[in-house]
Amino acid sequence: MYYLYFIMKNLGRKKVRTILTCLSIVIAFLLFGLLRTLGSAFDQGAELAGEDRLVTINKITLIQPLPYNYLTKVKMLDTVAIATQSNWFGGYYQEPRNRFSQFAIEADDYFSIYEDLYSLPEDQMKAWKANRIGVVIGKALVDQYQWKIGDRIPLIGMFPQQGGNTTWEFEVSGIYEAKTKGAETNVMLMHYSYFDEARQYGKGTLGWMIIKVKDKNQSELVAKQVDALFANSAAETKTSSEKDFTKSFAKQFADIGFITSIILAAVFFTMLLVAGNTMTQSFRERIPELAVLKTLGFADATVMWLVLGEAIFLSVVGGLIGLLFAWLIVAGAADALAATLPGLMMTMDVLIQGLLFVILFGIVTGAIPAIQGLRLQIVTALRSRR
Amino acid sequence: MTAQAVNKSAIGSTLVELKSISKHYRKGKEKVNVLNELNLTINRGDFLALMGPSGSGKTTLLNLLGGLDKPSSGELIIGGARLDQMSNSQLTRWRAQNVGFIFQFYNLMPVLTAEKNVELPLLLTNLSSAQRKKHVAAALSLVGLSERADHYPNELSGGQEQRVAIARALVSDPQILLCDEPTGDLDRTTADEILNLLQTLNQQQGKTIVMVTHDPRAADHAKTILNMDKGRLV
Repeated sequence: MYYLYFIMKNLGRKKVRTILTCLSIVIAFLLFGLLRTLGSAFDQGAELAGEDRLVTINKITLIQPLPYNYLTKVKMLDTVAIATQSNWFGGYYQEPRNRFSQFAIEADDYFSIYEDLYSLPEDQMKAWKANRIGVVIGKALVDQYQWKIGDRIPLIGMFPQQGGNTTWEFEVSGIYEAKTKGAETNVMLMHYSYFDEARQYGKGTLGWMIIKVKDKNQSELVAKQVDALFANSAAETKTSSEKDFTKSFAKQFADIGFITSIILAAVFFTMLLVAGNTMTQSFRERIPELAVLKTLGFADATVMWLVLGEAIFLSVVGGLIGLLFAWLIVAGAADALAATLPGLMMTMDVLIQGLLFVILFGIVTGAIPAIQGLRLQIVTALRSRR
Repeated sequence: MTAQAVNKSAIGSTLVELKSISKHYRKGKEKVNVLNELNLTINRGDFLALMGPSGSGKTTLLNLLGGLDKPSSGELIIGGARLDQMSNSQLTRWRAQNVGFIFQFYNLMPVLTAEKNVELPLLLTNLSSAQRKKHVAAALSLVGLSERADHYPNELSGGQEQRVAIARALVSDPQILLCDEPTGDLDRTTADEILNLLQTLNQQQGKTIVMVTHDPRAADHAKTILNMDKGRLV
């Protein structure tokens, strides 16, 4: 306890300097908490991806559709448990800034394939299937737009209807919920049959296929099998695991993980220089005092730990405050951003990484003065005071 | 050369023995001899004043006696322990148990109260917190500063700071007190108070004291006065 008291007293001798250094550490770890959380929110889709699910897209690009009969052929494969398909609708509600995801799908197979992630009450499923223009929406959309079952929702779509009208009207038949924390509930699902029948062009095509394999250990083999089915055809396919697909899809916008890592590296490098310089300056000012400690019989290692302890203590205090603020901000913003960044929360992984970085930051910033403290020669150091 | 101290009163058994002690430093390619073949015996209970001009080797000798530095050659024995053969870590442990240091500029920790400053050497013992407090209170009482235990160094006068430093030097009950110009930063009256305190510690507690000083009036408080010049006792 005495040593902790001594460390705190030493940090308190230049209060302004200590507070400013601590603030810089707070900012560094606040950014760490926020950016890492953002990065992991973008990666969350990949984390939730099933190991037994594959995604098949047009080999040229995701935007290019595939013939619908591909799905029939894939369903016939012995190695496939379920196969379904999905289509990008690309609409918005009332004005372009109200964009969210809408997929045209086939209700039974879609919910079967994602039974681990989503649930829809049976009566709502029944009502939805009976309603041609029915849609089911996730809880995040309910929270954002206050929609409820029975509401009519006009969407301005990317695809015109047969008469050229781009406004599509839907009716909310059900509200699905996520079974797993982090699963996206900001998506509207409509019937493919209605979408395909009503759209002006692209009929008889699908956007991508989602395949659930019978044996997850054979996923790679099934992927090759699927692509082989359509090799040398007009629309060759590219099949990958759902995880790889989600990651590459996210990277189409930006490699968030890479960007956040670069920003954090720059922030921490700068902060290391600032805090390291402060610790070294603080050490230099106290060389005679540390020499006196050694004179009294304190071991070289004890003096080293006292110096290092100050750096670690400062880093722990600043780091914990920074991570706490980050947690509060994320918790406060999670609901507001639920539609655009579902599952935004500071995960235990981010917290543990943050705590490890806090200790590492303290060790690195205190390392040079600590080693100098270890090597401090009493006679030389005391002579400097005479 | 052997210089036997001039005794002012009867003193006890041998505590310190220096046999042909030399100390030299390298300054570039040049070898600087600070102490030359020094022989010295200090008895328990002695109060020895080391005098001499700057650069005569007084502080170097004090550093050797305190285990802060090692001789280049010769035998250095204190309380039966061969300091010249000890490793740095052994010297560190030996210092904690056997020596009390008093400096010209007090060298108190400015961020600690008088009480906490005095407690510092006791952190290296196995004493409990309560026992440490008891020892600290006794040491502060001995130097007449019980009332100032909660004061920080910057709230004390120079004389009071030096008293705290003396309490810190005494608190672990060392065999020997080493004082480097303990009154060099004090006015005459305060200096006399400190010297009287050291004298009392020597006479009533039987503490062996070695004091480096330039001040003849300070040296007069010692039982033995030794003069040094160019690394030798004269």
